[in-house]
Order: sequence, then structure tokens, then C-alpha cells
Amino acid sequence: MGTGRSEELDLGQAPGRPGRAAYDGPLLAVDDLSVTFTRRGRRDVRAVDGVSFAIRPGETVGLVGESGSGKSVTALAVMGLLPGRGVRVGGSVRLEGEELLGASDDRLRDLRGREMAMVFQDPMTSLNPVVSIGVQVTEVLRRHRDMTREQASVEAASLLRRVGIPDPVRRLKDYPHQLSGGMRQRALIASALACRPRLLICDEPTTALDVTIQAQILDLLRQLVRESGTALLMITHDLGVVAGLCDTVHVMYSGRVVESAPRRPLFGSPRHPYTGGLLASIPRLDAPRGAPLHPIQGSPNDTIPWESGCAFAPRCEDRVDACTTSAPALEVRGNASVRCWNPLPPPGRTAAVQEVRA
Amino acid sequence: MSDSVEEAGKRLPAGPDPLLRVRGLKVHFPIVKGVFVDRVVGHVRAVDGVDLDVARGSTYGLVGESGCGKSTLGRAVLRLVEPTAGTVEFDGVDVASLKGEALRRERRRMQMVFQDPMSSLDPRQSVESVLMEPLLAHDVKPEGGVDAHVRRLLDVVGLPGSAAGRYPHEFSGGQRQRIGIARAIALNPDLVIADEPVSALDVSVQAQVVNLLEDLQEQLGLTYVVIAHDLAVVRHVSDTIGVMYLGMLVEEAPSDDLYATPRHPYTISLMSAIPIPDPDVEDLRERILLAGDLPSPANPPSGCRFHTRCPFRQETRCDDEVPLLRTLAPGHRVACHWAEEVADGRITPAASAFDATAVPTEA
Ligand SMILES: Nc1ncnc2c1ncn2[C@@H]1O[C@H](COP(=O)(O)OP(=O)(O)O)[C@@H](O)[C@H]1O
Ligand SMILES: Nc1ncnc2c1ncn2[C@@H]1O[C@H](COP(=O)(O)OP(=O)(O)O)[C@@H](O)[C@H]1O
Ligand code: SF4
Ligand code: SF4
Ligand SMILES: [Mg+2]
Ligand SMILES: [Mg+2]
Repeated sequence: MGTGRSEELDLGQAPGRPGRAAYDGPLLAVDDLSVTFTRRGRRDVRAVDGVSFAIRPGETVGLVGESGSGKSVTALAVMGLLPGRGVRVGGSVRLEGEELLGASDDRLRDLRGREMAMVFQDPMTSLNPVVSIGVQVTEVLRRHRDMTREQASVEAASLLRRVGIPDPVRRLKDYPHQLSGGMRQRALIASALACRPRLLICDEPTTALDVTIQAQILDLLRQLVRESGTALLMITHDLGVVAGLCDTVHVMYSGRVVESAPRRPLFGSPRHPYTGGLLASIPRLDAPRGAPLHPIQGSPNDTIPWESGCAFAPRCEDRVDACTTSAPALEVRGNASVRCWNPLPPPGRTAAVQEVRA
Repeated sequence: MSDSVEEAGKRLPAGPDPLLRVRGLKVHFPIVKGVFVDRVVGHVRAVDGVDLDVARGSTYGLVGESGCGKSTLGRAVLRLVEPTAGTVEFDGVDVASLKGEALRRERRRMQMVFQDPMSSLDPRQSVESVLMEPLLAHDVKPEGGVDAHVRRLLDVVGLPGSAAGRYPHEFSGGQRQRIGIARAIALNPDLVIADEPVSALDVSVQAQVVNLLEDLQEQLGLTYVVIAHDLAVVRHVSDTIGVMYLGMLVEEAPSDDLYATPRHPYTISLMSAIPIPDPDVEDLRERILLAGDLPSPANPPSGCRFHTRCPFRQETRCDDEVPLLRTLAPGHRVACHWAEEVADGRITPAASAFDATAVPTEA
């Protein structure tokens, strides 16, 4: 085997949109988003509860938290992909100032092709199994970039090559099931990139893949953000992925953001007990062997409703009386925002206190 | 088991009297085709010649990408799948030679913990009957009666006695894994093979189960084979780690050595690919990217099986000569022709290993 020439990942600058006033706010602004699933005969499930965050062009924002914390539902709400019935959505989602909640289906479909795209954990759910990879990618190009069939095929092959798919011309004829998991995920990324989206949402894009393939895909995303100024929302439960990729991180627990911070302070001196607990509980490849792990007790199902206190209280080692009587608000503390009655101490004091905790 | 013995078990390489000794183990699955008559058209060489020793009281970690044969190796050791060739010696006895009652007795001493306890627990069985089953199957009458034994087992794995009357679906993932572990230790085994014991669990819960496994090892003097694709978990729990690629062991070393000085190009790449939850570390790390996917184990590449993806591949030997496991340092075995040159920097990775958009040309 030889390796081919390495090529610039020229995915093109996302072009400015004509006919729009100069806008210098964030590309995506999510404000006080809430999503409630209502089903007759069942209790309402508030999956997302007052979530706010913003992403600028060229920025990578991470959304982390355990399964069921509301990450995927947040992403689906942003993309306008929640089911039409049995869901109540509140708050605001603005893309370059334009409100998306309540926008027409046509408008959303148009934006999804042109301005924003999403990559799911399981590419099989978003690739059409009976349509070849080539047709799936060229369709996007023809619809959203007004290309002819020939132009679209050339561009599709070049997209596949740039995401690291060998022999792209032949691969265009393949159906999704003929590709390996890693190649399928790359094909999905290629099709998401086909419209040169300005916002790319990746929901656990590498969770089902081996780490060597994950490394390739993360590297590709990193390059994409650097070279085309795409805004990337990265959803994952893997703090290692976040540490190497995201500028800003939002940690979710039971539907709410419990801590938001730039990645360095978040990892260096987590302020929320859940964030701190997660970091203390994962084995690190570079930690000396025998370094004990400090698990968080209980399971993610052990929560109390936010209305009656802090949802993390049943598992929290730093719980104080207030925690089970009233809900903490997200408050700015140093360079983080923290939702906690008794946060972990700020940097300078961390070391001493952690010794005591350990 | 006294402290000193346990310490010795942990520190020493497998030594002359390992609990488990595997030699030349192969498991090939026939690929069958045909409309009227089944015809064998080839074999998946899931495990293709593995030698390894597991010291008493120690933990042996097996890592590698999915499909490299880890689970099949574990199952072959327990004879849940019949080996195609090779031997498995447990406590000095060739397991293949055992039949009937003797085999049943040996089986009691080896147990397995699975990734997804839900799929291995019968949903209609209460926790109590899940835990009693192995006792009944082996006609074991525990001291103090079965009820007390079940309660003791629950207590050991950190579940309340009231769990006995409940059903698996009433528990969280972490608790179900505790039930799976309780079942595995019900007959007081010597060896436990844990196949991806934490990978289905939420991050915050994984550490609970890891700690439980470590506590039990200490209390009960267990020997573990821990199979996982997460090298950070494996490094945390293991004394010795074996790295598999396409059915073969490509490197084996004491856990700390493997992390400090990985010598096989596959291990080096694998290690560099694992994200570390620390931005300062992440920003300084150099990733060595592997081209393409794992080749099919039905038709593994010639010579060194890793040569189609190896960033260090050389013009000579790699494509046509099978590298044998060689001992390069105490307890450190590596199957690479060029391990010395890779270690001292005389051979460096190809430039394409640093660029995700570098596309491998078809072989
Ligand atoms: N279609 C749905 N109907 C009802 N509840 C749902 C639906 N989708 C998600 N949920 C609930 O919303 C919560 C958040 O789910 P999700 O966003 O998928 O979590 P995450 O992606 O963080 O694992 C969960 O409790 C889940 O059960
Ligand atoms: N019962 C079986 N029949 C045929 N092929 C199998 C069987 N079990 C495993 N394999 C194949 O053997 C190879 C190794 O599988 P496995 O041992 O499960 O790998 P790992 O546990 O490392 O992911 C894979 O290619 C798998 O598809
Ligand atoms: S509010 Fe209380 S229970 Fe919640 S995380 Fe903070 S200290 Fe813990
Ligand atoms: S023998 Fe050659 S191809 Fe195999 S790992 Fe060593 S350098 Fe790479
Ligand atoms: Mg999700
Ligand atoms: Mg397996």
C-alpha cells in the first residue's frame, strides 16, 4: 500500500449570503430552549429545560453529559427535526438572527440543506439504504448548489476523496451497506459538507467506531473548522474528545446546563460537582497505574425534579441543605457559569481541597 | 490468599506456574455458501495462533479493534467455542482432555462476565433465581443455605438484600452489571473472563464497576482476563496487556511498560489515537493516523498483517515475512521486524500518518 498525496481540505469558505444586512452576532444563538414531550395518559417529559448557548463561525462548542441528559433533543430542536406532534418547544433558536422556532417546514428544509447539517451516531439512520452514496451526495449538490448532473458527480467524488474515502469514483456507486462503519460515517460527513453548511452538528459521530477511525474523523472535523470557518456543535459523552476539540463546553445534566466554560478552566478546575465527579471517575491513559478512581455514586436515573432542588442532589457528595429545597440558577463564577449551591473551589484552592476529598 | 502471595502475583511476570496457559490457539469459523448443499468457501480466522500466560491472582488485559478476535479468544478459553487448534491449560490441566464430570468441575472454576448483562439475564427470572441457578446446575449446597448465600453475594457486589426478589429490568445498567458479576462469582471461581464489562455503562458508572472488580479480586484472590476496546480502562486494571490485531497477538507487556514504551507500530498508533481528557495534553500530542479499515480476517494480508495500514512499513520483509513475537525487554514481546529501529527513531512514520485527508491508494 502507498498513501496518496495529501491534499488541502478545500471545502470552500461558506459564502456570505447576499441581501442580508451585516450581522456580527453569533451564527447560532439558542436561548432558554425547552422541549417537553407530551403523551396522553403519561406524565410530560421535560427533556430540555432552559438551555442557552451560542456558537460563532469557526468555533467548536461541545455539549457533554450522560445518556438521557438532553443532548440529542437539543440538537434536533435546533435542526427543526423534532416530531410535529406530542412535543412542546419553547424559547428561541436563531441562525444569524433569524428565528427558527416556528419557521415554516419549507424554510427549515431549505436551511437544513444550505446552512446547517447534522451527522448522527448511526449513519444508517440518515443514509437511505436503497440509494447509492453517489446519488445521495449529488442530490444535495444539485438541489442546493444548482449544479448540473455532471458537475455534481465530479464534486461528489472530490468530496469523498477529501474525507478520506479511497477510490471515490467507484465508491459513488456503492450502497450504504457495502461500506464499513467508518467509511459510512465519512460518506455521511461528505454529504453533510456537500452544501458547505455554516453550522455542522455532530451527535456522537464516532461513538460506534474504533478509536483509530475516530482519530481520523476528529482530525477531519478539526481541519474543516479551521479551513472553512464552519461553526461546529459537537455532542459527545467522551470528555477526551471534548478536551482536544472544543473551544467552549456545556455540561448537561437531566435536561439543564449545569456548567459552561472554556475547555481549559473546565478541565483544569471544574466548578460543578458533576463535572468534577466525571473527571475523577474516568481512567486516564496517562495516569499512573493504581491511581484510584472516584466514582460518582448512584446512576443517572437517580434524579429529583429541578422544581424541587438540584437534579444531581441524590448523587452529590457536596450536597448542602439548599440542594433539596430549591433549584440553583446558572450563575457566572470566574470564567465559568455554574448551576450549584455549593460549587467546587476556584483554581488556587483546588489542590488542597481535592486532597481532602480524596 | 495471603498478602505476600497476592503481591507476588501482581508484580511478577507469569512465571513458571501460570493459572492459564494458552498455546498456538486458533479458532477458525467456516464461511458456508450454497443453495442445496452447504459448501465451505473459506474461513474467518478469528483467532490465529495465540500464545499467552496469565499469572495467578493477576489481571491480563486484552485490547484491540472490534473484530480482532478478543471475544472469540475469551470464549475459546472457556470452551464456549471449540478451538480449531492449540491448547488451553488451566491450572496445569489441558482443558480439551477433560470430559463429563471433570470438565464440569473445571468449568465451575472459570466464569464469564458479559458486556450487556441484560442480554445474558433472563428477564423472567428474579435476581434470586439468577444467582441460584449456577448453584443448582452444579449441585452446590452453600454453607448456611442458598438464601443466605444469595444475600451474601448481593452484599459483596454492593446491592441490597431486597434486590433478590426483583427482576433485571428494574435495575439500572450499573446494577445489572453487578448482578452479572454476582452470578459469575457465585461458585467461587478462580478465573473470571470479563468481556467489555463496562463499555455499555454510562461514564459516571463505569468507575463503580471497575472498582468493584478490583475489590473482588483482592477479597477473593481472583485471576482476571479483562477484554476491552478501551485501552484506558484496560491499563487501569491490568498487570499485563496483550494487544491483538487480526487474530494475533502483536505486543504484550506489563501495563506500565506498554504505556511508557509501546513498541509495535499498531500499539503506538492505537495509543496516540486515544483522547485524553486534558486540553494541555491533547494540544501537545501528535496523532499517528492509520489509513483505512481493519482488513477482513477471512483473508488477512500476507507477511505482517498490519502492513496494509502500518505507518512504519518498510520495503523489505513487511509484506512477505510473518513477524514472530520476540522478547525485547523482560516480559515485553513484540511482533514487528523493525521494532528496534522504530524504538530508536531510525524508522519514522510516513508523512501521510499525520493527515486525515491523505487517501490511501488501493492496494
Ligand atoms: N420522542 C421522544 N418521546 C419521549 N421522550 C423522549 C423522546 N426523545 C427523547 N426523549 C427523552 O428525552 C430525554 C433526553 O433524551 P436525549 O436528548 O436523547 O438524551 P441524550 O442525547 O443526552 O442521551 C430522555 O429522557 C429521553 O427519554
Ligand atoms: N460464531 C461466529 N461465526 C462466524 N464468525 C464469527 C463468529 N464469532 C465471531 N466471528 C468473527 O470473528 C472475528 C472476531 O470476532 P470477535 O472475537 O467477536 O472480535 P472482538 O471481540 O475483538 O470484537 C470477527 O470477524 C467476527 O465477525
Ligand atoms: S446544587 Fe447541591 S446537589 Fe447540586 S451539584 Fe451543587 S452541591 Fe451538589
Ligand atoms: S513488520 Fe513492518 S508492517 Fe509490520 S508492524 Fe513492523 S514495520 Fe509495520
Ligand atoms: Mg443522544
Ligand atoms: Mg468482542
